[in-house]
Amino acid sequence: MMNLPDARGHFGPYGGRFVPEVLMAPLEQLEAAYAEARVDPAFQAELADLLENYAGRPTPLYYAKRLSESLGGAKIYLKREDLLHTGAHKINNCIGQALLAIRMGKKRIIAETGAGQHGVATASVCALFGMDCTVYMGEEDMRRQKLNVFRMRMLGAKVVGVTNGSRTLKDAISEAMRDWVTNVSTTHYLLGSALGAHPYPMMVRDFHHCIGKEAREQILAKEGRLPDALIACVGGGSNAIGLFHAFLNDPGVRMIGAEAGGRSTKLGEHASRFDGGVPGVLQGTYSYLLQDGDGQIALTHSVSAGLDYASVGPEHAYLHDQKRAEYTAVTDAVALEAAVCLSRTEGIIPALESSHGVAEAIKRAPAAKGEIFIVNLSGRGDKDTDIYRENLKELDAQ
Amino acid sequence: MFERRKAEGKPALVAYLTAGDPTPSATAGLVAALERGGADLIELGVPFSDPIADGPVIQRGADRALKAGMTLAGVLQVAAEVRKTSQIPIVLFSYLNPMLRYGFSKLAKDAKAAGIDGVLMTDASVEEAEAYVDAMRAEGLDTVFLAAPTSTERRLELVAKYSSGFVYLVSRTGVTGEQESLSDSIGPLVESMRKYTKLPLAVGFGISKHEQFQKVGSVADGVVVGSALVRVVEQHGASPDLEKELESFTRRLVHGGS
Repeated sequence: MMNLPDARGHFGPYGGRFVPEVLMAPLEQLEAAYAEARVDPAFQAELADLLENYAGRPTPLYYAKRLSESLGGAKIYLKREDLLHTGAHKINNCIGQALLAIRMGKKRIIAETGAGQHGVATASVCALFGMDCTVYMGEEDMRRQKLNVFRMRMLGAKVVGVTNGSRTLKDAISEAMRDWVTNVSTTHYLLGSALGAHPYPMMVRDFHHCIGKEAREQILAKEGRLPDALIACVGGGSNAIGLFHAFLNDPGVRMIGAEAGGRSTKLGEHASRFDGGVPGVLQGTYSYLLQDGDGQIALTHSVSAGLDYASVGPEHAYLHDQKRAEYTAVTDAVALEAAVCLSRTEGIIPALESSHGVAEAIKRAPAAKGEIFIVNLSGRGDKDTDIYRENLKELDAQ
Repeated sequence: MFERRKAEGKPALVAYLTAGDPTPSATAGLVAALERGGADLIELGVPFSDPIADGPVIQRGADRALKAGMTLAGVLQVAAEVRKTSQIPIVLFSYLNPMLRYGFSKLAKDAKAAGIDGVLMTDASVEEAEAYVDAMRAEGLDTVFLAAPTSTERRLELVAKYSSGFVYLVSRTGVTGEQESLSDSIGPLVESMRKYTKLPLAVGFGISKHEQFQKVGSVADGVVVGSALVRVVEQHGASPDLEKELESFTRRLVHGGS
C-alpha cells in the first residue's frame, strides 16, 4: 500500500493520466524530473531547509486538553499545520514544486485555488523565487475569499477570475489546464491538491508526507504509543493523505476523512464523493466523482471553498475501496458549530475546511474514552472571517 | 473519402459540430447543410460540462447543447437520423466521462447501429485506451487518436499503432479556437507522423479561413474546422437562415470567395 502508485500512476483501478495528448509528453518530463529530484540529496536538503526556515516546520502536535475534557472521551491532539507560513499545509507542496520547476527551467507558474490558501502559498513561493505567477480562481470563490485574493495580489500574483460552471475550484482547474495546454513549454502547473494526472497525486502526497511523519514521531514521544484514529478533512485530499500516508503500515491506526456534507444529501448540494459519487474521469484522474446519469459533472456545494469539488484524490478512492480509510460527510452547519467550539475551548479559530475534521472528532470523541485522536488542523481561520460572520450573525449582534 | 479528394488534388474538409447546439432537433439539418457546403466528414461533438481541451467558442456551444437537454444517447439518435438520408462519414467526438458512464461496449454497439463510423476521445491518451479501443474495434468502429506538437517520437509511434480511419494532428499547443496565423509546427508534425503511418492525416485547431484551409491542405490529407463553424451556429442560432448561413460559410471555406 505504501508503494503505490504503480509505474503508470494507478492506485488500484484509480488515478492514471487522462489528459489531451498535448500534455502527455510534458507530464512524462515532469515525472522524470521528479524521479530525479526525489533521490537527489541536494534537492532534498534545499527543500528541508526551506520547510524549516521559511515555512516553519516542524509544526507542533498540540494536546487540545480543554476540548478533550469538555467532550469527556478521547484525547484529541491537533497537528498544527495552521501555524505554517501562509496559514495552511499548502506551503509544503508549493515549496517542493517550485524547486522542481526551477530545476526544469520553467520560469512561469500557474495554479488553481479554491479557498485561496493554495493560491496564497503559490504566490508566496513565486515571490520568494522571483517567478511569474498566475492564479485561476472561480468568481464565486473570489467573492467568498476576498482577503486571500488581495493577499495574492499583494504578493505580486495575477489572479484571474473564472466565470464558467459553478465558478468554483473545478472551473479554476479547467481554466488552469487550458493555460497549461497553451503555454506548456514555459510554464509549470503547480497543482495544489493530490488530484489530477500522474505524477501529481503521488508528488503532492510526497511533499505533504512530512505532516504524518512528524505526527507519528511526536505522538510516540508524547504518549509512547500510536494514535487510535487520524482525522482530516478531504477536498482533493492533500492534507489528509499527507497525514495518513506515514501510518499506512500501522494497522491499528484508523483513518477518517471528513468530506463536505454541504446543505443536504441531494446531488448539487454537497461534495461527498464517497456518498453519492460514481467512479469516473475528471481533470486527469479516475476517481469517485459526483456526476449525473449522462456522465456530466454535477455541481457541488460546501460552505468551505476548499472542499467544494466534484472529485477526490485517487489514492483516497483506493484507500476507501480497500477499507483502509473511511470517509464521512460533515454538513455546513455542523462544521460551523465545531469552529465555534474549538475557538472557545482552545483559543484557535480553524479554517472552515479544517472545521470539518474537528467536527468529526467532536462527534466521535465522547464514545472513545481511552483513545487518542490526531486531527489535522490543516489551516487557520483568518481567511474565513467574512463567512463566519455571515453564518454566525448571532455572535455579531452580541 | 480522403483518397477521392486526394485524387482531385484537394484536402478533405472535416467539419466539427457540437451536437444539440442550439437544440437537439436542429443538428441533423445542420449536418446536411455542412455536407451541401462541401464537408467530407462530420465530427459530431458530444457536449461535456467540463471541456478542458476547448476554447471559449466550443465551451459555449457545449453549454447551449447541455441546456437544451442533449445527452450522449441523444447524439446517437441524431446520427441515426442523419444516416437516413446521407452516407457522409461520422466520427463521434467526445470527452471520456460521458462514454465511460454509458459503457464502452454498449456505446460501440449503439454507435454502430446508429451508423457512426468512428470515435475520437479528446482527453485520454493511448496508454489508458486499451479497453476502449478493444470495445470500439469489436464493432468495427475506427478509433481516431490525436498527435500534438509536443508528442515525442515514441508517442507518435503509439498514436499510429492505436489509430484507425485517420490520425488527427493538433496544429499547435493550446485549446480549440480560431487563430489569425497558422502554427509553424504543422509541416514538421505531418512529416514526423508520416514515418509511422500510412493513414490519412487531418490537421486541426485554429483553422477558420479559406486561405488557411488551402495552406494546411497542401501538406495534409484533411483539414479540421470546428470553432469557426460553432461560431456561425452561435451567431445565427435563432435565425431561420441558420442552415443557409452554415452552408454558405462552409462553401466559402472550401472554395473561397465572399
